[in-house]
Amino acid sequence: MKRSILTALALILVLSLGLAGCKSSSESTGGKGSSGGDGGGVMIYGRGGDAVGLDPAHETDGESFIVTEQVMETLTGYKKENTDVVPELAKSWKISDDGKTYTFTLEKGVKFHDGTDFNADAVVKNFDRWMNGDAAKFPYYASMFGGYKNDPGHVIKEVKAVDENTVKFTLKRPQAPFLKNLAMSPFAISSPAAIDQYGDKYGEHPVGTGPFKFKEWKRGDTISVVKNEKYWQKGLPKLDGVTFKVIKDNSSRLNALTKGEVDLIDGVNPSDLDKIKSDKNLQIFERPSMNVAYFGFNVEKAPFNKKEVRQAISHLVNKDELIKNFYNGTAEPAATPLPSSIAGQNKDIQDYGYDEAKAKELLKKAGYPNGFKMDLWAMPVSRPYMPNGQKIAEAIQANLAKVGIKANIVTFEWGTYLEKLRKGESPAFLIGWTGDNGDADNFLYALLDKDTIDSNNYARYKSEPVHKLLIEAQSTADEGKREELYKKAQEIIHEDAPWVPLVHAKPQLAGVNSIKDFYPHPKGSQSFIDVSMK
Amino acid sequence: MFSYTIRRIGLLIPVLLGMTFIVFMMIRAIPGNPAQLILGQQASKEAIETLTKQLGLDQPWYSQFVHYLTGLFQGDLGTSLKTRTPISDELWPYLAATIELSLVAILIAVVVGVNAGIISAWFQNSWFDYAVMLIALIGVSMPIFWLGLMEQYFVSIKWDLLPTTGRDNIRMPVEAITHLYLLDTLLEGRFDQFIEVVKHLILPGIALGTIPMAIIARMTRSSMLEVMRSDYIRTAKAKGLKMFWVVYKHSLKNAMIPVITVIGLQTGLLLGGAILTETIFGWPGVGTYIYEAIQSRDYPVIQSGILVVATLFVLINLFVDILYAAIDPRIKY
Repeated sequence: MKRSILTALALILVLSLGLAGCKSSSESTGGKGSSGGDGGGVMIYGRGGDAVGLDPAHETDGESFIVTEQVMETLTGYKKENTDVVPELAKSWKISDDGKTYTFTLEKGVKFHDGTDFNADAVVKNFDRWMNGDAAKFPYYASMFGGYKNDPGHVIKEVKAVDENTVKFTLKRPQAPFLKNLAMSPFAISSPAAIDQYGDKYGEHPVGTGPFKFKEWKRGDTISVVKNEKYWQKGLPKLDGVTFKVIKDNSSRLNALTKGEVDLIDGVNPSDLDKIKSDKNLQIFERPSMNVAYFGFNVEKAPFNKKEVRQAISHLVNKDELIKNFYNGTAEPAATPLPSSIAGQNKDIQDYGYDEAKAKELLKKAGYPNGFKMDLWAMPVSRPYMPNGQKIAEAIQANLAKVGIKANIVTFEWGTYLEKLRKGESPAFLIGWTGDNGDADNFLYALLDKDTIDSNNYARYKSEPVHKLLIEAQSTADEGKREELYKKAQEIIHEDAPWVPLVHAKPQLAGVNSIKDFYPHPKGSQSFIDVSMK
Repeated sequence: MFSYTIRRIGLLIPVLLGMTFIVFMMIRAIPGNPAQLILGQQASKEAIETLTKQLGLDQPWYSQFVHYLTGLFQGDLGTSLKTRTPISDELWPYLAATIELSLVAILIAVVVGVNAGIISAWFQNSWFDYAVMLIALIGVSMPIFWLGLMEQYFVSIKWDLLPTTGRDNIRMPVEAITHLYLLDTLLEGRFDQFIEVVKHLILPGIALGTIPMAIIARMTRSSMLEVMRSDYIRTAKAKGLKMFWVVYKHSLKNAMIPVITVIGLQTGLLLGGAILTETIFGWPGVGTYIYEAIQSRDYPVIQSGILVVATLFVLINLFVDILYAAIDPRIKY
């Protein structure tokens, strides 16, 4: 009796499980690629985090920008594969000989999604709004244009509408990366009517001229944009819309892609690349690098105030090993701070190369034949340029030990870490940088000029010759000449070795095979204007 | 009974106030400046200072606390430092997602856990009993992260039965009304979407429900064993009652009191503790919401988020206490 009931119960359990399985399988209508029409359909983009807000001038994070770039456009734009400037909402421009006046001719007949005309007045209103703001409201504006309206460092003297389709920028002094700054996502042009209408809530209702219109935001979950049927460039966009879906975990995001629930994902674990390559339904996209990871020295602190010590350590970092072990091959060894996507990278610089004997020799010359003890600071968070700061620190620590340098790994909470680096409290540290506007100035001046000590020059590197070159490059309009200046600066920096530039990482994306004409942009986000799914 | 309920609700206020104070002090003890984390690595010193001032973070802690409390008493949960959106606007969709998932998880846990526990007790020391207890042991110690990824790999990808992530099919999204999608799809009369939502709930529901399921099964078993040794059960058996009724009617009712306590506690825990499940299954729930707020030191969100979850937790336990009286007439308040 007892046994038979038991068996029956077990049977019921098994049967019900089986039935549940069958039932679901008959209901599951294949989710794979519901794209229809000609290259259209809605593309689902899986990513690791949600946007913070959708008023780009207000934000600093890539997850916000990748959405606003679908909805809004900038005066100038970037080429698909690098950061050379191309026309966008401005059809053409003229630069005065003194480099202080920029006259832009705007595209005609462009309308914002709310029906407002895009014209010179709209451009003026956007700039007025930003320059009357403050660091809490429009943080990027001050970083790129030297402050706000009444600040002495503010570069823009005046923005004036000459006529309906011409707008003139007068600068207080020449700013070489000006056109590149205008191409940055935070300076996309919004509909002035929408800004007035929504006020503080504009960040939830973005209105621009872009290929897609904002539709809906379910916080923490999805943001959807739909095709702008009246888009000013004929035949574009090709997709019917894009939906951004947050899936925090990298492995789950890949699972969702494999299952066909999403069409394109970012943040692919390098270790998953082989799995993706072996799946014939999927393809890999590689984003060109616009970042640098580096091992910096505080040149004011002993023993790193000695050039020979810094050079010796430069010989002790095995970049190829780091790339193999921690980036799974998805990075280039860095010989200079500049990645190859940025004009002005000096390709002639010979990297130090791994060489223990040379390192020992240099240490002897510096007066440390038996090495020394040091603190090595490691980043507590993962960033695209440095997926695992702790592990990389350990690898470097092991190599340093070979010549008697005993490195003690130290770390802090991320906000504190940055603050202490800025104050120069760290003797030697791992950190990195992702470019903003794609200009060499944004790397070399921002990170290694004597003016930026106490800011982002954590190495506190101070070189008069470098400073002279960088300042000259800032006020030179001729791009060819600027590149020469930056190349010279890189030579001096290489010799002084305030950092060991480690790698330029190339973030990996994966998508279904039907995705065509998708080019990940080095700056970290891009419009899906040309993308189609067939 | 009524006065008891009122008294208990009255007691909530000092409890929640104390908790608010502790949370307030704790998050300020963790290092990290919200302004720095909001503005990011590129931010200038001036920008960070300006923002710190604007957010009121340069004020002494007691005036910040008084400011926050004053807002609370006026029904204002504060504004997120990061998104600059009122928390009362932001919170509900996240909370609804978590409530829906937690209810499904606890439903799975109760149905499977209670029955497994009963049958184990009924057939004590049989192979079924050993199997259930072994599975329960594995269940308690199961890493959710691993379980979730395995579910996705086998159930979704290999066998193609259920979706991997999310609350709904993104290619036919649910129109949110109450943000409880099971309810929303029914209100809209979209049964196809309702089924989609149910399918999306199963895997995360199982992942989240595993640990409570195991705990409930063990609790039910031990409680049932105790009851089944009592005299009145022997009497019931002696008078020739069918074993099924002895177990499910006579024993269960008395054995349920400790089990219900556990169910109440577990439900409360699920509300705040679903972070891992939410992360793996792309679930936009309140656990992730608070976790991300902690990472960016979004003080008002942490405070108000925990306050709301804690309130729910206490209310569920109050409800459980009241339920005792309904189940067991010997208990009177």
